[in-house]
Amino acid sequence: MTRGPSALHRLPAGAKLAALAAGSLGLILVDSLPGVLAALGLVAAGYAAARISPRLAWEQVRPVALLVAILFGAQIWMIGLEPAAVVALRVVVLVALAGLVTLTTRAGDLLATIERAAHPLRGVGVDPARMALVLSLAIRGIPVLADVSRRVQDAQRARGRRDVRAYAVPVVVGALRRADAVSEALAARGRAD
Amino acid sequence: MSSGIVLDDVHVRLGDRDVLRGVDLRLTEHRIGIVGANGSGKSTLARLLNGLVLPTRGRVSVDGLDTARSGPAVRRRVGFVFTDPDAQILMPTVAEDVEYSLPRTLPRAERARRVAEALTTVGLAEHAEHPAHLLSGGQKQLLALTSVLVTEPRVVVADEPTTLLDLRNTREIAARLLALPQQLVLVSHDLDVVAGTDRVLVVDEGRLVADDEPGPALDHYRRLMS
Repeated sequence: MTRGPSALHRLPAGAKLAALAAGSLGLILVDSLPGVLAALGLVAAGYAAARISPRLAWEQVRPVALLVAILFGAQIWMIGLEPAAVVALRVVVLVALAGLVTLTTRAGDLLATIERAAHPLRGVGVDPARMALVLSLAIRGIPVLADVSRRVQDAQRARGRRDVRAYAVPVVVGALRRADAVSEALAARGRAD
Repeated sequence: MSSGIVLDDVHVRLGDRDVLRGVDLRLTEHRIGIVGANGSGKSTLARLLNGLVLPTRGRVSVDGLDTARSGPAVRRRVGFVFTDPDAQILMPTVAEDVEYSLPRTLPRAERARRVAEALTTVGLAEHAEHPAHLLSGGQKQLLALTSVLVTEPRVVVADEPTTLLDLRNTREIAARLLALPQQLVLVSHDLDVVAGTDRVLVVDEGRLVADDEPGPALDHYRRLMS
C-alpha cells in the first residue's frame, strides 16, 4: 500500500501541487552544496512524515539514477566536483519531491485539480477534461512502458545479446501497440465517442 | 425494438484480408461461447458486438441499435473485457479505474458508493487505493471485469479473458463470468470453460462452421483442430 494516512496525505492536492511548483522554482535559486543537501533533508523528512518506506522512496528516484550519474560525471569534467554535485542533487531532489506528491495524492485528485486550474484555458480551445485524461493515461502508462522495456531487456539477456537497435525497435513497437490497445479500451468504455 | 444481438450477412475486410465472411446470427441465449483457431476471426466477431469493429458489409444490431450508427448507445449496453487487462486498465489506482467507467454526471458520493460496492463484490475492496499495476494477473483481470460490470451493461463480451491466467485464476474468472446475470459472449481457447455456456459458435477462416449446443459444437471444433 502506498497511500497510508498522514497529514501529508490529507493536504489538498492543490496545495501540494503549489508546493511542488514553488519548491521546484526555489531549488533553482539554491546553488550551494549545503543548501541542496538541506533541501534533500527536507524532502527526506517529508517521506518520513508520510510514513513512506525507504525502499519505496528509492523507487521514485531509481529511474533517473543512471541519468544523474551521467550528468554528475559530465558536470565534474565541465564545472568541477562541488557544482556538479549541486546540479545532480537538484535533479534528485526534484524527482523525489514530485514522487512525494504523487505518492501522497490520489491521481484522481491531482487530475481534478489540474482540470480545474485549466478551466480558464477553455477560451483558447483547450478541453480541460481531455487534458486531465491525457495526463492520467500518461501516469498509468509509465509502469506499463517500464514493463515493456523490462520484457525486451529480459528477452535480450536470454539470448545473450545487448544492442541499442534490438532494444529500441521492440520497445517502440510495443509502445505503439499499447497505444492502440488503450485507444480500443477507451472506445470500449465509451470514452472515445 | 428487437431484443438480442443480430448479425445480418456480416463481412469484415481488414486490409486485403477477409476476416469474416457472410455471418448471420441471432444471439438470444444467456451464455454464448465462441471458439476458433488463432486468426480465425473470432476476436473480430466479438469486437463487432459493441462496435469496436464495424462491418465492411452487412449489419450488426444490439437490441435494435445499429452498431455503426448508434455506437455510444451500443457500448453502454455491451461491456467488453479484453485478453490483457493491462491494456484495459486506464487509471493509476484500482478505485480510480472502476470510477472512470461511471458517468461524471453522477454525484461524487454516489460514484464512490458504487465503486466501493463493486470492489467489495469481487473481493478487491482492500486494494482500492493500490496502484493497479501492482496487482497480480488474476486481480488485474478481476479489476478489468469490475470496471465493466460497474456500468451495469446488459451484455458482457469477453475476448479470451483467461488466456494470460493460471489455472486457479482461470477458474475464478470463468466462474464469475458464467454466473453473471447479464448475457455473456465468451471467446476462449479453454474448452472446459466454453463447455459451461448454452450455445457455442465455431469460427474457421472467417466463416461460422458450427453453431450448436456445447457438446456437438466442441466435438466439431476438436475434429477441425485434429
